[in-house]
Amino acid sequence: MFFQQSLNALQLGSIYALIALGYTMVYGVLRLINFAHGDIFMIGSYLALFLAVTLHLPFVVVVPLTFAAVALLGVTIERLAYKPLRNAPRVSAVITALAVGLFLETITLATVGPEPRRFPSLVPVHQFSFAAFSASNVQVLIITSSILLMVALELFVAKTRTGMAMRALSWDKTYAPLLGINIDTIVSFTFAIGAGLAAVAGIFVGLAYPVIDPYMGIMVGWKAFVSAVIGGIGSIKGAVAGGFLLGAVEIISATFLPSSYKDMIVFGLLLVILLFKPAGLFGVPVQKKV
Amino acid sequence: MLFFCVLAALIVCDATGCIDSYVTQILMYIGINIILTASLNLVNGYMGEFSVGHAAFMAVGAYAASFFSLSVLPHSPVFFPLSLVAGGIAAGIVGLCVAIPAFKARDDYLAIITLALLMIVKSVFENLPWFGGPQGYAGIHKYTNLSWVFVFTVATVLVIRNLVYSNFGRGIIAVRDDEIAANLVSVNTKYVKILAFVISSFFAGIAGGLFAHLIQFINPRTFSLVKSTDILLMLYLGGSGSLIGSILGASIWTVLLELLRFLGIWRFVVAPVALIVLMIYRPLGIMGGKELRFFRPRDDGKAKP
Repeated sequence: MFFQQSLNALQLGSIYALIALGYTMVYGVLRLINFAHGDIFMIGSYLALFLAVTLHLPFVVVVPLTFAAVALLGVTIERLAYKPLRNAPRVSAVITALAVGLFLETITLATVGPEPRRFPSLVPVHQFSFAAFSASNVQVLIITSSILLMVALELFVAKTRTGMAMRALSWDKTYAPLLGINIDTIVSFTFAIGAGLAAVAGIFVGLAYPVIDPYMGIMVGWKAFVSAVIGGIGSIKGAVAGGFLLGAVEIISATFLPSSYKDMIVFGLLLVILLFKPAGLFGVPVQKKV
Repeated sequence: MLFFCVLAALIVCDATGCIDSYVTQILMYIGINIILTASLNLVNGYMGEFSVGHAAFMAVGAYAASFFSLSVLPHSPVFFPLSLVAGGIAAGIVGLCVAIPAFKARDDYLAIITLALLMIVKSVFENLPWFGGPQGYAGIHKYTNLSWVFVFTVATVLVIRNLVYSNFGRGIIAVRDDEIAANLVSVNTKYVKILAFVISSFFAGIAGGLFAHLIQFINPRTFSLVKSTDILLMLYLGGSGSLIGSILGASIWTVLLELLRFLGIWRFVVAPVALIVLMIYRPLGIMGGKELRFFRPRDDGKAKP
């Protein structure tokens, strides 16, 4: 029982973590909270559905194709909607992000319809059993691939030149270009990776909870945003930690309390953490200069 | 003077039904949205914070006002303003409870805290059986009419306008411009922030009460993040930090969505795109933060020796 719930928590946590990474990276590089990110995750899910059901593509093709397509979508949104506002007050960019989110939700709603759709089981489900423990291969797949992706991202950001450029940009936006870093390229790259990860999360959600609807991006998106903030926005480790923590809390509260309370608990926890660690678990408190 | 003429005209219209009822409803929605936007403007615009949970205060006001008009006060339109004010006070109390811990956190995090509040309030109303739970609160009397909406809209705008151009209001703007400097010139920032937030939630509560008594049925799903986003969009469309901006933003957004109704669901595609285009070319909103001269006091900006 405990093992079962731990697996569920890890699974949910991986999904939140993958989406939270997108929020945190974009915030680190642009100081913008991309409120449309949750809807990008939703689009990833729907796109995978479309590729699998209408085009009958196999799983191994659907995943990279969705990743690429949604990454492209992320870059396009950035170029069209956020780039012109790079020097505008932050609030304008936030409102634009909200508008983009609304736009994505409604376009999906208008083209696909409001009824929830059933996500096809792209991976045949096997249950492994070992004594009292049992796990489904889908869960194992989700958890291990998510962890692999996060490790890959961390290595990328820490060891490659592009990763170094991303970190430099997040530390000092004014002086990084003076060192030869092309802001536009790096920002596009960041958006691409973030959106791609969210798309993968969308596929995983489709595999794990087979019903998807156009508004699922809102709740999941905001919870992932909360994970990013709990972990310390701007920090990749923080996003991962926050995601898994939130997944755990949500599963635990769903286990012991009626499920309608779980959102309340999750957000209550958030408030408690912020009370004691105002910059998040791994965040760096920003000193205000007078 | 003008106010009373318009009020008299509206009372007559309500009694005779001379204006088409569809138009009347739209006008009422515009009024309610103006109250919501102007109250949010106090916190998001003049104080420079980013509160996302305004729908929560609307919800509290709606439920409280309905509760008062259905269960506490006698069933008569005469007591309607009392219910509304009760709703507003309830919302204000919730605002107080939120403001005290919220303003200890960093600025960016107010968004998250108010979002959390929104979720919590929605969750509470979904789980409490007294207010109908997820099915909602039904059977509310239709006390809202054009005259009441007009009275409360004018009252809200008047109060906020006077507040903003008072000493206290200067404190609010000072907090937005530079909180540390404001502290240094003896603005009690903690008090200012909390009070502004409470006043903002009070008016949101009144709007909620008006709303509840207009559609006669409320359920927790009405007061979701989408509603909060709606209010935010109206505010920044018109330009934050400007009362005429809030009025314009609320009116234009409400009317635009109605005009585009023929597009069906596609109006929620066209409207955000229009907003994005506006943001790109006029990032500060329609009014750009400037205020209508009518609202500004006569000696505003002129230095006194």
